[in-house]
Amino acid sequence: MEKFIQLTISGVSEGAVLALVALGFVLIYKSSDVINFAQGELLVVGGYVAFVLIVLLGIPWPIAILLTVAVAAAIGVLIEHLVLRPMIGEPVISVIMITIGLSVLLRAIMGILFGTAPVKLPQFIPNAPVTILGATVAEDRLWAIAIASVLVGALTLFFRQNRDGIAMRAVADDQQAALSMGISVKRIWAVAWAIAAMTAALGGMILASILGGVGGDIATIGLFVFPVVILGGLDSILGAVVGGVIIGLLRAYASGYLPPALAAGDILPFIVLVIILMLRPYGLFGQKIIERV
Amino acid sequence: MESGIFHTTYAKDMQLRPTWPQRVRLILLFVLLFAFPFFADAYLLNLANSIALFAIAAIGLNILVGFTGQISIGHAAFVGVGAFTAGILARNLNMPIFVTIPAACLMAGFVGLIFGLPSARLKGLYLAIATLAAQEIVLWVIQRGDTIMSLLTSSRVEIFGESVTINKTELFGINMSANPPFNFYWLIMFFLIVTALFTTNLFRTRFGRALVAIRDQDIAAQVIGVDIRRYKLYAFALSSFIAGLAGALIAHYRGVVSYERFTIDVSIALLSMLIIGGLGSVSGSIYGAIFVVLLPAILSNIGIALRDVIPGIQSIMPFIQNGAFGVAIILFLILEPQGIAKMWRNVKDYFKLWPFRY
Repeated sequence: MEKFIQLTISGVSEGAVLALVALGFVLIYKSSDVINFAQGELLVVGGYVAFVLIVLLGIPWPIAILLTVAVAAAIGVLIEHLVLRPMIGEPVISVIMITIGLSVLLRAIMGILFGTAPVKLPQFIPNAPVTILGATVAEDRLWAIAIASVLVGALTLFFRQNRDGIAMRAVADDQQAALSMGISVKRIWAVAWAIAAMTAALGGMILASILGGVGGDIATIGLFVFPVVILGGLDSILGAVVGGVIIGLLRAYASGYLPPALAAGDILPFIVLVIILMLRPYGLFGQKIIERV
Repeated sequence: MESGIFHTTYAKDMQLRPTWPQRVRLILLFVLLFAFPFFADAYLLNLANSIALFAIAAIGLNILVGFTGQISIGHAAFVGVGAFTAGILARNLNMPIFVTIPAACLMAGFVGLIFGLPSARLKGLYLAIATLAAQEIVLWVIQRGDTIMSLLTSSRVEIFGESVTINKTELFGINMSANPPFNFYWLIMFFLIVTALFTTNLFRTRFGRALVAIRDQDIAAQVIGVDIRRYKLYAFALSSFIAGLAGALIAHYRGVVSYERFTIDVSIALLSMLIIGGLGSVSGSIYGAIFVVLLPAILSNIGIALRDVIPGIQSIMPFIQNGAFGVAIILFLILEPQGIAKMWRNVKDYFKLWPFRY
């Protein structure tokens, strides 16, 4: 029982981070039909920016986190302007390849600047062991769940209340109609990339704090965004959250209960992904308009 | 100055290389290919072999991506299936190369067919993600296959091991493994030429035109009687079949097969060869392979030359190579989406029309 609770909490905490990252991914897909293969790298970028600000420049961490988010937003807008904008109207393969090229480039830049060894980030989230229902878990796991939940809630509010948020939903719904209502689609794309980079940066910082450092393995976790968004539905915000938690739990249980030599936690999400694609490609909450053959 | 190419007979119309400059270039190319190994050292030969191996796999992928319009981000996994099939057959059963290569092709084609099944229902983005999953799953089976079998049979099984080693490859009584770069050069070039010729001709047949029709307009293709699902599966199988050929050649040439050669990074490299070389062009696949293999090689030579000027350049060289690779993908997509094949055509047109603009 104790193991079950531990696994559940670590699964939900990773799932919460995945959900946060998946949200950014879904946002980009909804507003511009771009599948962003560089989402995992954006996580790493966020972690390294936090490292530079906190460790190298010595900025106190509450300010540093805000600065990291701002820098990430700027990077997101920059990527959208320089790389994605010229690709408007190009075939799917080109758009996919350009985000793949982007991920290769980002990884290379991170490697040149910081090398391959993970860099240490101070534990700004407390990780003292706490006892819940008789099971001992690290406190930072609970913090990760709390932070991610608050952020997901804030984003939901943004979509309902904020002018840009509503405009973004309009663009996602019907680009032509949104254009004729005077919404600047270009601006919305920039905002979508900014938010995606921001959520990725926050997710990267949480992961860096849990894992104790920033390195390439965070980008590997970013790869699990794909099972999450396919399970939840590529264009569903609710789906990203539910899918994130389900995939997080699946990973935790699979690594906890199956023989570790199988590395089942790393592969089961992808098997689920293939099954979902075959049976229900629009996922749990996605819109059923899907390109069929 | 010629003002166009006019065919007066059907036989002329069917020629692959109808004009004399093309034929002269082709002959020069063959002379160069034949003379090259007698002048080049082992390093250059190895580079040429790597290019040719990648070019074979890239042509295979081009059948799927460039000609049929289906995206696959998991092609390296199929190359891996071929390599491991050939490796295990050669090591465990001591099979000759005449058996291992066809077996590897068939096995890779079969696995490709299975992972092509989602293409019957999905397209575009969804298919890309499905093939990404295929890459992860195939590599997982290769890495953990022994563990799975050991758990199932509750005895120690070692099929894949850490890596598969082929000690010796013989062909027509020649020990190929004695001087691999030189001996394998002929075999690899033979298969590259066969693959290139086969693919070029494929798209002049009913089968190939059906694939192109699916790429251009799948609904229209269905209307004129192309069984879309079946042809897509054929395209997956054929493209993985050729990937398996490349894999088997890699296995015999390198002598050691391990999963690191077939990761998602290799799949990305293969896709980028198509983008850089030119989608839907056989010669483009070869140009792309040359570019993607030579770029890091040239950069690392520059790094060695600059070792004293910029200390520490060697240690960040892998990242510089990757960065240049990423920049190349992005720049080609933005500036010349049709790749080197189109640039080469532009150059030819310029000289053909000179001194006029058009």
